[in-house]
Amino acid sequence: MTDDARRRILERLKRVRRADVPLPGELPETIVFDDPRAKFAEMLRLVGGTPLDVADRDAARAMLAELPVVRQAKQIVSYVPDLVPGTPELDTADDPHALAGADLAVCPAEFWVAENGAVWVTDRQIGQRVSLFLAQHLILIVPGSQWAMQMHDAYRRIGSIDRPFGGFISGPSKTADIEQSLVIGAHGARSLHVVRIG
Amino acid sequence: MEHAINADRFTADAERTGWHDQALWFVRVKRDRMANALPEWEALRTRAAAIKAYVNANLAELLERFETQAQARGIVVHWAETAEDHNRIVLDLLRSRGVTRVVKSKSMLTEECHLNPYLEKHGIEVVDTDLGERIVQLRKEPPSHIVLPAIHLKKEEVGETFREHLGTEPGASDPQYLTEAARGHLREKFLAAQAGITGVNFAIAETGGFVVCTNEGNADLGVSLPPIHIACMGIEKLLPRLEDLGVFTRLLARSATGQPVTTYTSHFHAPRPGCELHVVLVDAGRSEIAANPAYREALNCIRCGACMNTCPVYRRSGGFSYESTVPGPIGSVLGPLREPKKYHSLPYACTLCGSCTDVCPVRIPLHHQLLSFRQTLAEKKLIPWTKRVGMRLTGKMLGSGWAYRLTGRLARWWVPKLPRFLVYSRLNAWGKQRELPPMPKRSFRELYRIEPPDDRRR
Repeated sequence: MTDDARRRILERLKRVRRADVPLPGELPETIVFDDPRAKFAEMLRLVGGTPLDVADRDAARAMLAELPVVRQAKQIVSYVPDLVPGTPELDTADDPHALAGADLAVCPAEFWVAENGAVWVTDRQIGQRVSLFLAQHLILIVPGSQWAMQMHDAYRRIGSIDRPFGGFISGPSKTADIEQSLVIGAHGARSLHVVRIG
Repeated sequence: MEHAINADRFTADAERTGWHDQALWFVRVKRDRMANALPEWEALRTRAAAIKAYVNANLAELLERFETQAQARGIVVHWAETAEDHNRIVLDLLRSRGVTRVVKSKSMLTEECHLNPYLEKHGIEVVDTDLGERIVQLRKEPPSHIVLPAIHLKKEEVGETFREHLGTEPGASDPQYLTEAARGHLREKFLAAQAGITGVNFAIAETGGFVVCTNEGNADLGVSLPPIHIACMGIEKLLPRLEDLGVFTRLLARSATGQPVTTYTSHFHAPRPGCELHVVLVDAGRSEIAANPAYREALNCIRCGACMNTCPVYRRSGGFSYESTVPGPIGSVLGPLREPKKYHSLPYACTLCGSCTDVCPVRIPLHHQLLSFRQTLAEKKLIPWTKRVGMRLTGKMLGSGWAYRLTGRLARWWVPKLPRFLVYSRLNAWGKQRELPPMPKRSFRELYRIEPPDDRRR
C-alpha cells in the first residue's frame, strides 16, 4: 500500500514541478547585539530561566554546591560528574523510566544563542536524553566561549547533524493553556539554570 | 455548515465574546512586540516565503531526498495518500507491536485525519499530552485554536473538567494548581506509554531529520521514554536545507505566541539505540493544492496561528464556528479547498481587512485568496441563490450609468418614506445590529454640479 501511495504521490507532484523557482540567495542582514553575553542573560531571564556566569570549573563546582536545587535534590542524574556528583544508579541507567524520580538533571550543552536565551544540547554526552525533560529541575553547563548571535549563526555552527537527538532549550517548561496565564513547569523541568563557564 | 449561524450562537454571550476577543488580541500584541524588535523581520518573512515557494515547486525531489537520507539514518518512512491510509499505517504499527497505550503531542495533521477516534475504536488508549489538548480531549471537544487549543474556555470550566476527571478540589480554578494536577496525571501516562506519536513542525530534505517544537516539553517526554516514536507529517512540511531552519525557528514562536523561540526545539535524526523511529508522510489533498496556482501558497502555512489571533472575525466568533480542524483565515482557505460544498460559507467569514496577510510569517496572501474563493464558489454555484441573483443584479446596475443613477434617485426618495420594519427586515443584512446612515438628499454628482471645487477657497 505504501509503495503504491508513494508512486502516486510523487507522480502527481512531478507533474506540477516548476524548475524556474530558485532557492533564495544570501541571507538578509541580521541583528547584531553589542553585548551578546548580556543579551543572552536578559533573554534567558525573560523566558523564565536563570543565567549563571563563572570563571572556571572550580568556581562552577563551588557555586553549584550552594545552589538550592542542588542542595535539595535527593536523586540527581548528572552527566557532568566533576561538577555535580550524581546518584550512581541513575547516571548509568539503561531504562529511561529509571529516571522517573530524578529531582535534578545536570547536563552538558554545546553553545548558547544570544538572541533568544536558547542553549544547543545533543545526546552526545547524555546517557538518557529523557533526563532533559523528566527531571524536576535542570542545570545546563555550557562553555562561555561557544556561542551564536542568532539562529542563522546557530545552524551554521551546527553544520551537520550526526546525533539521533539535538535540541534548543530556552527556559524551563511552560504553558499558558489555561486562560493565557503563564505557568512555569508544565511537564518538563520546573526550573532551568544555565551555567556558562569562562 | 453556515459560519454566520454558528457565530450567532457564540456572540449571544456578549461578555464571553469580548473576553475571547481580548485574550487573542493580547497574543497579537505580544507578537508585534517581538516582530518589531527585529529589524530584519520583513526580510525574514520574504525569505521564508521564497523557501516555501521553492519547496512547493520541487516537492517530489525534496521528498525523495528526505526519504533516502532518513532511511540511511535508520528512520522508517511510510507514505499515505489519504487520511484513512495514514490512520491504518499508524494502527498497523501499533498493533503489530502489541501497543495499547499511546501518548501523543500536538499534531494538527492527526486531528485532521481523526486519528484518535480511529485508534480508540480499535482498543488503543490515546492520551493528548499538550495541556490545552488534554483539556479539550477530556471534555470530548475538538481544539478551538491550532496553538491555543482551549482558548475558548475559562479557568472555572477547566477546573470543573479536572474535578470530574482528575479529582481536583471542587471550585478550584487557579491555573498554577490546575497545571500541577495535569502534570501529575500526565506523568503517569508518559511513564506508562508504549509508544509516542508527534507531529512535525519542519522536516529537512538535506539531513533526513525533523524538528518538533513545544513549550511544555510534552513531545520530548512522550518520545524519550517508550521505545517507539511515530512522527506524522503533511508532505508540505519539508524544508530543503538545515540552514533554512534558521529562518523558520526565528519566525514561528515570535508569530505564534510572541516568544523569542519555542522552549523546546527538538531535532530528531535517528532512533534511540535499540528503539524505532517512524515517519508517516501524508498527502491527503496536499498534492492537489500544490497543483493549483491560485491557492498553492496555502501550503506555506507553518501553523503558527497568527492569522487567527489578529482576525476580527475569528476573535469574535470563536474557533468552533468554523467547524474545521484549522479555523480562522488559513482554515477558511484550506477548508473549502478540501470540501467546497461543506465549507462554502468560510470565505465570507472575512471582512477583507487584510490583517492576516500582514502578520503571516510566510506571506500567504490570505485575504486575496479568500476574495478569489468567493468568485470560485459563485462560479461553482456553491453560494445561496439569493446571493447569486443579488450579486448579478447589483453587478448589472453598477455596470450601467443610467441604472446606477436611477437606483440612487429611487433609494434617496423611497427609503426615508418606508416604515422601519420594512427597512430593517430580514432581507436587509446591512440593517442587522446597526443603524443605517440617513439617506442624503442629493447624490455626490448633484452636489458637485451645484458646488464645483473652487481653487480660490483652498
